[in-house]
Amino acid sequence: MSFIEFVEGPFYTVAMTIFLLGAAWRVIGIIRIGRKKDISPPKGSAAAGFFKGNLRHFFPRGIFARRTWLHIVGGYGFHLGLFGLMLFAAPHVAFISERITGFGWPTLPRWGFVITAEIAFAGLIVLWVRRISDPVMRLISDWDDHIGTWITFFVMLSGCFAMQESHVFLRATHMLLVNIWLIYFPFGRLMHAFTFFLSRGNTGATYGRKGMNL
Amino acid sequence: MSDQSKADIAVAKFLEHTDGEVASFFEACVHCGECAEACHFHLSTGDPKYTPTYKLLPMVKAYKRDKAPFSSLKKMVGLAPAQVTEEELLEWEPLVYDSCNMCGRCTLVCPMGIDIAGTIRKMREGYAAAGMVPEGLQRSAEFVKKTSSPMGVTIKALQAQIKHQEDITGIPIEVDKKGADYMAIFSSMEIMGYPEVLGAYSKLFKKAGVSWTISSVAYEATNVGVQIGSGPLAKEILQRVVDAAEALEVKHVISPECGHAYGAIRWAGPNMMGRQFNFEVVHIIELLDQLRREGKIPPGKKDDRTMTLHDPCQIIRRGGLLKEPRSLMDGSCGNFVEMKGAGVTNFCCGGGGGVSANPRAEELQTAAFSQKLKQLDGIDNLEAVVVPCGNCRTVFEDGLDAYERDLEIIGLSELIAETLAE
Repeated sequence: MSFIEFVEGPFYTVAMTIFLLGAAWRVIGIIRIGRKKDISPPKGSAAAGFFKGNLRHFFPRGIFARRTWLHIVGGYGFHLGLFGLMLFAAPHVAFISERITGFGWPTLPRWGFVITAEIAFAGLIVLWVRRISDPVMRLISDWDDHIGTWITFFVMLSGCFAMQESHVFLRATHMLLVNIWLIYFPFGRLMHAFTFFLSRGNTGATYGRKGMNL
Repeated sequence: MSDQSKADIAVAKFLEHTDGEVASFFEACVHCGECAEACHFHLSTGDPKYTPTYKLLPMVKAYKRDKAPFSSLKKMVGLAPAQVTEEELLEWEPLVYDSCNMCGRCTLVCPMGIDIAGTIRKMREGYAAAGMVPEGLQRSAEFVKKTSSPMGVTIKALQAQIKHQEDITGIPIEVDKKGADYMAIFSSMEIMGYPEVLGAYSKLFKKAGVSWTISSVAYEATNVGVQIGSGPLAKEILQRVVDAAEALEVKHVISPECGHAYGAIRWAGPNMMGRQFNFEVVHIIELLDQLRREGKIPPGKKDDRTMTLHDPCQIIRRGGLLKEPRSLMDGSCGNFVEMKGAGVTNFCCGGGGGVSANPRAEELQTAAFSQKLKQLDGIDNLEAVVVPCGNCRTVFEDGLDAYERDLEIIGLSELIAETLAE
């Protein structure tokens, strides 16, 4: 078995299994801790608040934007760029179509890929530079923050190298890093991709019960 | 209590209070530091240690070590956080009690919507159980046990204030009136510092034809248990009010112009008692707004001074009463100007959540008040600030004094009473 066959075959299957089971275990584990039923007479709907809270926190409040614009721009740039690359880069669509869905969808043209990648890289670099330079960020950051950032960075970088599919080694390197990223994901702070909805939702539900329009 | 056992007791309480909601907060925080940009303690000092999420660190560590999914696996491979020590708890104690008003402004800026204020409240349970509470708050708790009031206000003192207000208004206030529709409770600060609120209630309720009373055994609304983080004490304080209200068979209990008292009885109350009450809790602002909408307390000549409204965090941002005070202000104030950031994003006065009862935090509180002062300075020719919270009022007065500023501070009920149609 060649290296590329290994990283796209059994290693990928193992990594994806750890990712799926680990992420599910962690989310279910949080939910299973449970929460006492709130018996104060409600003024509004907790369920509606759960969804509203999730949507509301996608949009930064204007009054804070002047102080947090760098983080907003970096954060949105990185995340939108990353999702653009993950879901619309031609090799990804081909891989997903072949291995998972059985069907594909329109992909980014080369120039679109380049722009999207630049936005994602710029966002990630801004966030990381802020993490190592801002006194608040330096104080609160830990090794998990840095590992998550760097693994993601190398996955993206190797993906750009592999884009042309000119060398099998480059594609294999990208897949190797993707597998490492998938294995690390459920155990670290990358899990915020799944836990954010619980956090926003819980606060939204509390506000919702109080009939608050936040 | 040995040193180790203090840490053990605190950690056990941290874990007990880390329910699914708190766990979701700890699991979602990405250490982005946005919360620092909303915290008046950080903004006024520039010190990174006042970053709200940082204040939670010992509780986060306890959760990640002993309760989080994969914590056993991480402990096995040596990747779990170290045990929380007493030294660490002592280092964090001023962050938990002195530099957090539990105002919840940080939640609004948090991309994950983490309720840091609510989590600090739960974290304080650990500190209270381990006996690691600031002296000032501990003293308030002792007063409460003796007199039911954190300032030691006795029924005799209340009766004297009632008599004085009856003399001023000419309207009798009936104490322990069984079967009244409403039972009012007050904060000690109102009773001793702003007793005119009693006169305002009697004037407004007479006009509206509302039947009301004050209990001689449960007149105190302040819940030091909530401020300290002691669930048992909070329940004991609340029990007095619930027992008195149910004994007097009132239909409603009026929560006063006091921030945390509203949350303590309206939202946390039934959960603390483990049952719903036989009466409804209504905030005085809600009640006055309702009476005004029903035409029972029509506004007369408006106060034409340039006024603004402070938003007490636990009533507005965390209590949900955003429109009601504004509607009342519009009816009673001829020149009502909102401060920048008014409403749900308004700054806390700096003294909420027990900070004003903690002398050790005085300097920090004054520093935090500078953010409020900036908001006030943004309004041209401001003549008065309406502050619908007794505790916030004293913080405003102390803050203005510290910064050598002169501005009138008034309560909302008093403003409504003063501008009531004849």
